[in-house]
Amino acid sequence: MSDLSKTPSFLDYAPAPESTSILHLKKSYGLFIDGEFVKGHGAPFLTISPSSEQKIAEIANANSRDVDVAVAAARKAYDRTWSRMSGADRGKYLFRIARLVQERARELAVAESLDNGKPIKESRDVDVPLVAAWFFYYAGWADKLDYAGLGPNPKALGVAAQVIPWNFPLLMLAWKVAPALAAGNTVVIKPAETTSLSAMIFAEILQQADLPAGVVNIITGAGDTGEALVNHPDVNKVAFTGSTAVGRAIAKSTAGSGKKLTLELGGKAANIVFDDAPIDQAIEGIVNGIFFNQGHVCCAGSRLLVQENVHDEVVDRLKSRLGTLRLGDPLDKNTDIGAINSREQLDRVRELSDIGEAEGAVRWSAPCVIPDKGFWFAPTIFTNVSTSSRIARDEIFGPVLAVLTFRTPGEAIAKANNTPYGLSAGIWSDKGSKILAVADKLRAGVIWANTFNRFDPASPFGGYKESGFGREGGRHGLAAYLESAGWGSGK
Amino acid sequence: MTRLTVPKTYKLYIGGKFPRSESGRTYEVVSKKGVFLANVALASRKDARDAVVAARGAQPGWSAATAYNRGQVLYRIAELLEGRREQFVEELIATEGASKAVAAKQVDTAIDAWVWYAGWADKYVQVAGNGNPVSGPYFNLSTPEPTGVVAIVAPQASSSLLGLVSVIAPAILSGNTVVVIANHAAPLAAVSLAEVLATSDVPGGVVNILTGSPSEIAPWLAGHADVNAIDLAGAEALDWVDLMVTAADTLKRVLPPEAGVPAPSLERIVALTETKTVWHTKSLI
Repeated sequence: MSDLSKTPSFLDYAPAPESTSILHLKKSYGLFIDGEFVKGHGAPFLTISPSSEQKIAEIANANSRDVDVAVAAARKAYDRTWSRMSGADRGKYLFRIARLVQERARELAVAESLDNGKPIKESRDVDVPLVAAWFFYYAGWADKLDYAGLGPNPKALGVAAQVIPWNFPLLMLAWKVAPALAAGNTVVIKPAETTSLSAMIFAEILQQADLPAGVVNIITGAGDTGEALVNHPDVNKVAFTGSTAVGRAIAKSTAGSGKKLTLELGGKAANIVFDDAPIDQAIEGIVNGIFFNQGHVCCAGSRLLVQENVHDEVVDRLKSRLGTLRLGDPLDKNTDIGAINSREQLDRVRELSDIGEAEGAVRWSAPCVIPDKGFWFAPTIFTNVSTSSRIARDEIFGPVLAVLTFRTPGEAIAKANNTPYGLSAGIWSDKGSKILAVADKLRAGVIWANTFNRFDPASPFGGYKESGFGREGGRHGLAAYLESAGWGSGK
Repeated sequence: MTRLTVPKTYKLYIGGKFPRSESGRTYEVVSKKGVFLANVALASRKDARDAVVAARGAQPGWSAATAYNRGQVLYRIAELLEGRREQFVEELIATEGASKAVAAKQVDTAIDAWVWYAGWADKYVQVAGNGNPVSGPYFNLSTPEPTGVVAIVAPQASSSLLGLVSVIAPAILSGNTVVVIANHAAPLAAVSLAEVLATSDVPGGVVNILTGSPSEIAPWLAGHADVNAIDLAGAEALDWVDLMVTAADTLKRVLPPEAGVPAPSLERIVALTETKTVWHTKSLI
């Protein structure tokens, strides 16, 4: 972009890469089972940086035998240690973990950006601080389970099998591990195949925290490893974040098993902009809603519903704002848009975008210089999108925004709800009564009014309809890992 | 001379009306001693689908009613049930072979269950919701909302009235609408309950009651894309794992089979709700 003008503009920044010297990576990582790093029995695989396609490290691959060993370790730790420990002591371990994450925050952020491709300003200012906050929040719950809303003396479930996605690798780990441990469960967790690195550093943190062996086991691998884990007969709880297709398969394979299940799946969130919205903030909110983390966000505001009379103004201002976004090196502190996480995902984003064009939508991409190596996709807006178009219906999971219009609040609500998903939604208006009335009628689990993509450990997150069930975060997130022992004196 | 009685035609209850099965089918209900009692409508797949359409149509209005209003409507059901207590006692004696005392106890317990659940309508949100202290200038509130349309297999083993009430009341008090498959062997109380519902203040379509074969109808409801949740309370004798697998196609919320009649509980209410969390910015002043 800087070559558009001969005189330097405010957009010209000198490179400001975050140093990777803080990282002390190993050449290869094993599975973290029973407190130790051990070899996997599947064929190891490489994790690469999606911004350079450079190899970072070799990652072990857990086969079904390794899954057995990990589940057995978690079971033993549950029976002999974790279920017998006081809530106060469980809490102290979680507080320790929160502090260790804070102490090693920069290292974790660099590892995350390197391995995932997200901008360092996001991993440094959003992902990792939230990881620490999540452990700190749930630490305090560990000795207060009687107040979780499930009646006196609620019970842990046992061994939790957790499978997480690649978009927020360490944050999703925290969302899963912190409430599970606070509630008294032990864990076997599988990070996504392309983003295992920060989980391996987290395993080192668990060693530093002196967490009893087997309480958290981290096994790496691909889909078949995850499948073996969630279908393991000695697992009591399954928690999955990822695609709706895989969530559906897990719901089927665990049916009748008695395993408690929570699913956090796909989304196609409507971001509704009324003509009385504070437009400056709305533009920032739209950009944050869909281009945060390259749009690799299940709750991304991927459908912009804009009131017809402000459509042209909003789209023009959006384009001019997108022209100022800097795409490039995820480790550069000035980068706004990082790399797409994998070639596979890039192919999917490209395919759906091409379909959008073929179906008659008008495509506009920000004029970015795309680096030679790595996986990149310029921020893209589609206008003239029909509600039946694939780009208005399918989750793209990339930096692609579909713009639709509406005239009345009723039409906005109908269009927003016209999806099998129901994870999140945004509302932009200066009129509070309108916001509350619209929020009442949207079928979505998280609604952001005059903001978007806010997350907090105290705030429950999760979907309606085919976006899954169960909540993560807050008191509700704790309940997903507990079983009521009955209310006793109640009816 | 004894007076010749006028027997009732037992029909389905869909959208506030009492249609026969579109299939024209009925099945014979006999007493425990084998005496003919009635030809009851044998609901078909089409009836089940019609019931879902009625339930979906009624859902926005019912969930938009005030909690105070829904609570009063549920309480009104208890009032009318109390007034027709003797009729239900007779039906339970006939269909379940219960003694008068046992039948009366069941009716009384069912009436009290309506009263108990009626009182929850304007309270469960306070108990199951939360104000959340997030780190930033945001108002943040989590509240439970009805899941939507709920399909239910009513308890089949015993207590045909109490079983039905125990699954309908916790579902509708929050604003869900239901399609419920009644006790197959003892369906008379279900149809009479439908008459109570029709003459109380429950809007048509909020409760839809199908008599017939659970094993025939439940799979269609489990697979129906416009059903949000399925309560398998009375599905113990069915292939309920298969129903769960079918329900997974549309990621329905599933309540598992229960032995006997589910006890009144807040958990049953909350299990058929969705938590919505609303964030709103606070200005920096």
